[in-house]
Amino acid sequence: MTIATTYEVLLAVMVLGLAVWIVAARETFAAAEGFVAYGLLLPLIWVRLGSVDVALAEAAIGGGLGGVLLLSAAARLRSTEMAVAAARPGRTLHLTAAIFSAIVALSLVAVVLFLPEPAPTLAPTAVENSAATGLGNPVTNVLMAFRAMDTLLEKVVLLLALVGIWSLAPEQLWGGRPGPRHEADPRGVLAFLARLLCPLGIVIGLYVLWAGADYPGGAFQGGTILAAMWLLVMMAGLTDAPEIIRRWVRLTLVAGPGVFLVVGLGGLLLGNAFLAYPAAYAKPLIVAIEIAMTLTVAATLGLLMAGPPERRV
Amino acid sequence: MSVALDVVTIVAVSGGAFFFLAGTIGLLRFPDTLTRLHALTKADNLGLGLIVLGLLPQAASVRDGLKLLAVWFLVLLAGATVSQLIARVARQDGPPG
Repeated sequence: MTIATTYEVLLAVMVLGLAVWIVAARETFAAAEGFVAYGLLLPLIWVRLGSVDVALAEAAIGGGLGGVLLLSAAARLRSTEMAVAAARPGRTLHLTAAIFSAIVALSLVAVVLFLPEPAPTLAPTAVENSAATGLGNPVTNVLMAFRAMDTLLEKVVLLLALVGIWSLAPEQLWGGRPGPRHEADPRGVLAFLARLLCPLGIVIGLYVLWAGADYPGGAFQGGTILAAMWLLVMMAGLTDAPEIIRRWVRLTLVAGPGVFLVVGLGGLLLGNAFLAYPAAYAKPLIVAIEIAMTLTVAATLGLLMAGPPERRV
Repeated sequence: MSVALDVVTIVAVSGGAFFFLAGTIGLLRFPDTLTRLHALTKADNLGLGLIVLGLLPQAASVRDGLKLLAVWFLVLLAGATVSQLIARVARQDGPPG
């Protein structure tokens, strides 16, 4: 066995072992912590498979923001956890869950085992037509041009998730500031980190957005880094979460899908189809959409983490 | 020259791996939060530092080398801050001392 194979086998065993541990963990908080580690190990597998774009997204979302979301949910559930753990589900429930899990697992196994050889792929077609947009990264090509509809709907789903969280707010707090105000020593270590890291992080986020045209990266990864920086500044108490009733908040949240829709409808009016870019302007249009998307992703993810409104307007 | 650089890489990366191993054992074996943090930050600082130092001779360009150093710096910054915060919480919650 070569070193590379040994590494891959070890990695797979570790990821699978950790997954089983997360499922079996008794405490919600421990499971959420395990999930963060899982979200950091999984990108290594994606890198081995040559999917650096996916690895970046997985590390940022699965390991980073998803982990924070789960940890804060676990912290909120702590008071009720004992009662839930004490209630033992009945045998029927156990059996039903086991049957459904087995069906899902077996279906996945069947799909992988009965894949035709060679597996059907559109990758060569995507690479062949990559010159049409003027972008060098085939993943960005697929996301922003060939399957732009999926990306547009994905961003709308993100917005719906935020609306879902906001709708948890009690009536009289609607439109207020999300979450509790973070109190931190303004001369403490967290405020120091926020002041030092934020300029760096903003540059890195914009770099990842810009590099996405030709290298792994893009609006989602860049936006996630920006969201993390915003959260850091909020946690350090240097700034407060905005009132969600503010017009600029709403405008930033719909900027990405909005620009995307306008460009898409423009394609319908001027060209051949919805989301068809005029060939001469494909790259500038895509870059414009990506910039708007980055702002929207950063704002949406930051506000998702901040939670439902808890303070009066 | 290239043999010498390879030797530097092997020695430094092995040293880094050793500190990671030692740090992990410390994290698992030490009795309380503060000593565990102590073990963990050694793995972060020395372990990652030695690995980055060992990889520098293998970097294809000065730019790649600078990126490696930037990774080291950012991890140092994050690690030092987080251990400060955890230590503060541990001191507030735990027994004095």
